[in-house]
Amino acid sequence: MQRLTREQIAARVAKDIPSGAYVNLGIGLPTLVANALSPEREVILHTENGLLGMGPAPTKGEEDWDLINAGKQAVTTLPGAAFFHHADSFGMMRGGHLDICVLGAFQVSQNGDLANWHTGAADAIPAVGGAMDLAIGAKQTWIMMEHVTKEGQHKLVDVCTYPLTGKSCVSRIYTDLAVIDVTPQGFSLVELIPGLDLTAIAALTGATLYDGRKSGECN
Amino acid sequence: MIDKICHSIAEAIKDVKDGATILVGGFGTAGMPFHLIDALIDQGAKDLTIVSNNAGNGDTGLAALLKAKRVRKIICSFPRQTDSWVFDGLYRAGEIELEVVPQGNLAERMRAAGAGIGAFFCPTGYGTMLAGNRETREIGGRNYVLEYPIHGDVALIKAHKADRWGNLVYRKTARNFGPVMAAAAKTTIVEVDTVVELGGLDPESVVTPGIYVQRVVEAIQSLAKAA
Repeated sequence: MQRLTREQIAARVAKDIPSGAYVNLGIGLPTLVANALSPEREVILHTENGLLGMGPAPTKGEEDWDLINAGKQAVTTLPGAAFFHHADSFGMMRGGHLDICVLGAFQVSQNGDLANWHTGAADAIPAVGGAMDLAIGAKQTWIMMEHVTKEGQHKLVDVCTYPLTGKSCVSRIYTDLAVIDVTPQGFSLVELIPGLDLTAIAALTGATLYDGRKSGECN
Repeated sequence: MIDKICHSIAEAIKDVKDGATILVGGFGTAGMPFHLIDALIDQGAKDLTIVSNNAGNGDTGLAALLKAKRVRKIICSFPRQTDSWVFDGLYRAGEIELEVVPQGNLAERMRAAGAGIGAFFCPTGYGTMLAGNRETREIGGRNYVLEYPIHGDVALIKAHKADRWGNLVYRKTARNFGPVMAAAAKTTIVEVDTVVELGGLDPESVVTPGIYVQRVVEAIQSLAKAA
C-alpha cells in the first residue's frame, strides 16, 4: 500500500474539477490543487480577498504586495481577471455562484459537519477568517486532508468534537487513502488506493463507511 | 468649490474622539492605511474600538496603534497570525477585548450599515459558537442567523487615486474592505498614492463615488511636507 503524496491528492482533486468551474482553494493543502490544473481547462480561481482569475505565484523579485491571495502570498492575475471588494467577494460565495470550494479539515462528521477553524484549546486565540463563509457558500464543499492525524486519530468521525465551522456542508472528502462522499446514509466510499482493503479503510474511519461502489458496509 | 483634499495628514485626522469606533481598511498589509494610522497615534485618541480584518502585522500600522495602548476592543475575523505578536501579547494579558466575526459577515455587516439595512439573516456561522445566542430562522429550508450592521464613526482607508470630490479607484487586491468601509462610517478619511484633477478619473471606473468620502490625503506628499 502506497499512501498518496500531497501532490497526488491534489492531482486527484483536480481531476474532478470540470472545465470552466469557479473554484476557491482554501489556505494550506488545497492550494496545491492549483498546480495540478491544466490551463486549457480554464478553471477560474477565486480568492476571497477580492480576485477572480488568480494566476500562479510571480517569479522572485516580481512580487506586488497589493496583489495577494487569502494566505497573504503574492500572486498574479490571468488575462480575464477581475477585482472586487470584500462584500461582493463573500456575496458571490454565499450566494451560491462559486461551483466548488476545497478546504482542509481537522474533522468531518458523517452528516457533513466540518470542523477546521479552532481546536477548542482553552488558550488558543480564536481566528476564523473566511472559513465559515467558505464552508457554507459554494455549491459544493470538498475536503482535502490526511485520512487520520499524525497520531493516528480519526478525522472522519461520527460527531465532530472540535468547534464546528459549518453544519452539513461537506459533500466529498479526498484523503491520502480514499475518496469518500457524504451521503444521506453517511460516509460512502468512492475510491480506494491500491493495496488497501475495505476492513483496513473502515478501521481508519471513525464512523460507519458504506461501500458506494456496491451496496453494503465496509466492515 | 468642493475640495476634500486635506493638505496635512494631521489636519485630516484631528477630530477623532476618544471612544470612537474606527473602521480600518486592509487585508494584512494590502490596503492598510499606514500613514493615517501613524497620524492617529500622534493625534492621541484612545479607548478606541477598531474594526479590521486582522489585528495588526509586525510592529507597524495597526500593530503600532495597539502597541500604543489606544485600543479597547477589536472586532476582526483573523487576529492570530505569524506576525501578530503585539495583539497576541495584549490579548493574553487581558488588555484588549476581542470579537471574532466571520470575514464575510464582517464585510456584509458594514455593507448593511452603509446601505441603511437594520439587520439581516445570514447563513454563515449557523450552528457554530460564533452565532452565539442570536436569533435564528429557517427560510426556504435553509437556516440563518440574525446579523446587525457595524457602523463606524470614522473609516481610515487606502486607495490608489482620488480627485477633489473624493471619487476613488483602488489598486488590485488592496481594494478589499475600502469601498464597504467608506460607506459605513460617518467620516471617511482616505490616504491615496495620487490626487488627480477633477475629471481625471474615468466615471466608468470609479469604484467608490465621492459621496462616501469626506477627506483625502495624498500620503506620500504629506509625509514629504512633514519631513
